[in-house]
Amino acid sequence: MDLTTFLIQCLNSVQYGLLLFLIASGLTLIFGIMGVINLAHGSFYMIGAYLAFTLSSLTGNFVAALLLGIALAVLFGYLLEWCFFSFLYEREHLQQVLLTYGLILVIEEMRSILVGDDVHGVPVPDWLSGGIAIGNDMTYPVYRLFISGVCVLLAAAMYAALKKTRVGMMVRAGATNREMVQSLGINISLLYRIVFAIGVAIAVLAGMIAAPVSSVYPGMGGSVLIICFVVVVIGGIGSIKGALVASLLIGFVDTFGKVFWQQAAGALIYVLMAAILLWRPEGLFKQGT
Amino acid sequence: MNASKRQSAILAAAMFAASCLASTASAQAPGKVKVGLMLPYTGTYSALGTAIENGFRLYVQEQGGKLAGRDIEYFKVDDESDPAKASDNANKLVKRDQVDVLVGTVHSGVAMAMAKVAKDTKTLLIIPNAGADDVTGPLCAPNIFRSSFSNWQPAYAMGLVAATQFKHKTAVTLSWKYAAGDESTNGFKEGFESKGGKVIKHLHLPFPNVEFQALLTEIAALKPDAVYVFFAGGGAVKFVKDYAAAGLKDKIPLYGPGFLTDGTLEAQGAAADGLLTTLHYADGLTLPKDKAFRAAYEKSYKLQPDVYAVQGYDAAQLLDAGLKAANGDIGKREAVIKGMEQAKLDSPRGAFTMSRAHNPVQDIYLRKVENKTNQFVSVAVPALADPARGCKM
Repeated sequence: MDLTTFLIQCLNSVQYGLLLFLIASGLTLIFGIMGVINLAHGSFYMIGAYLAFTLSSLTGNFVAALLLGIALAVLFGYLLEWCFFSFLYEREHLQQVLLTYGLILVIEEMRSILVGDDVHGVPVPDWLSGGIAIGNDMTYPVYRLFISGVCVLLAAAMYAALKKTRVGMMVRAGATNREMVQSLGINISLLYRIVFAIGVAIAVLAGMIAAPVSSVYPGMGGSVLIICFVVVVIGGIGSIKGALVASLLIGFVDTFGKVFWQQAAGALIYVLMAAILLWRPEGLFKQGT
Repeated sequence: MNASKRQSAILAAAMFAASCLASTASAQAPGKVKVGLMLPYTGTYSALGTAIENGFRLYVQEQGGKLAGRDIEYFKVDDESDPAKASDNANKLVKRDQVDVLVGTVHSGVAMAMAKVAKDTKTLLIIPNAGADDVTGPLCAPNIFRSSFSNWQPAYAMGLVAATQFKHKTAVTLSWKYAAGDESTNGFKEGFESKGGKVIKHLHLPFPNVEFQALLTEIAALKPDAVYVFFAGGGAVKFVKDYAAAGLKDKIPLYGPGFLTDGTLEAQGAAADGLLTTLHYADGLTLPKDKAFRAAYEKSYKLQPDVYAVQGYDAAQLLDAGLKAANGDIGKREAVIKGMEQAKLDSPRGAFTMSRAHNPVQDIYLRKVENKTNQFVSVAVPALADPARGCKM
């Protein structure tokens, strides 16, 4: 492998890692910080992709579709928390698993009824559709760089919001001791409802942004769900920084695994997870970092 | 309260008796042929399952609702494309419904399980899609037929065409690491290398991973003359788009079996324009039979037929040939099988016959993507027969 190819593969790794972070960051909020095991996270991602497909063909404008989709997602997340998840915080993980698994089935079936089972493509918006020439034969799609940019922004925003703002402090405190925060006069139920809605919105946003590259197809949520949990577990449950580092790590292992060790490419990230958990059972970073 | 309870009990008993009567009646009625359709009616492949059933029923309708003078009774099971449930589902049709012939399915893993059940219970099986080479290879049996293709067929044809017609010297193959992907890329390699080409590298990634960027970079670094890939459904859409977005489409020609661009063109958009693929069916065939079939299908179902509908249609046609040879008596097993083996089917894809291992001996077409259709270009290989490796029959 010559230097150019190596550098392009590094770029691929970073870009894939950032995409993973985008998908997993919503789960970091809901599972990592709020402590709800949310198997339906992949379904939220899928909803995002289908929203991008439906809304962009309706509005004809990708940015408008994006904004509309986020608004719908916040509303959806808010209602979902109010109707279902708010009853689950005090309960066992098994009941959370049951509810969220049920949600997967309901959402899949709704998808099948409303949009059908065909594969769909979402066009890349014109102003992002070009490519930048790298190496001799390859061009790098601008849209992929755009995704990376969005991921970096989102990571910074989430980190700042949780670490530097008063609301972020309340959320982190709530994760440690719900009753105590409540007795200090903070409406923790409302706060969590909003955090949950944001978590759902981020997953939907990830699905919408990824849709032009990933295309839109049934069962797409299931394939990202497992990798999201791997990211959150490796990074340390509840750590934004950890999720970012874990995503990048997985990006590198997966990309170079595919190139150098094809036979084991599918297993490598799980080997990585096992190794890291043996070394640090808590994951790479502590909660709240 | 009590009275109504008693009433409902009597009603239930009456219904039970009636159903017993009905089942004995149907058992005694002579000449009904029971067809068990085991197809995906839910999930990713549901559209394919429906197309196959539509095709099958269309042929039966065209014969006046009967095959060789016998009424057809359908039994349906949704196989969910789940290999884990495949044996149970097939046994339901064979043991519970006592079907005379099993028809199914799309998913290769499920079809393999069906083939095992058919072998054990000696039930007649017609496979209207699944392309696993093994079904008409090591698993072949007198009572197992296929009306579609083997993965080897379009792949081998593409290999020949890439080497002879397009004069490519080197190629890279790429697929998911699973049976169909391996069979297809091996078939291409066999055809390509038999005419002096060389597959310099076989790349694969775990199913159903769709992060292709690392492998596209690898392809750009290897600089082959051609790339052959096997993907279907969502993976096919994403790969074709990624390949174009990486700027490789105009530099290194991309080839594949027809599934790369069948049913996916709407989603692939301009990225698929001009792609060349091989399959046993194409748009723009000038055969009168195809024109008639397309018109009839559209009239019945208000839909354009696809390759899956053709395969379903031919499954019914194959059964018809067997029944006719046995004068409509499905019980005359030897005669039915002989009739099916010797059938010359007038298919919308063009006439074809059955190979020794019961796989179609058929023309493989080279097609080009134009205006979101797979337009016929030429016959890549006429009357191509699967080698049926491992078949002892």
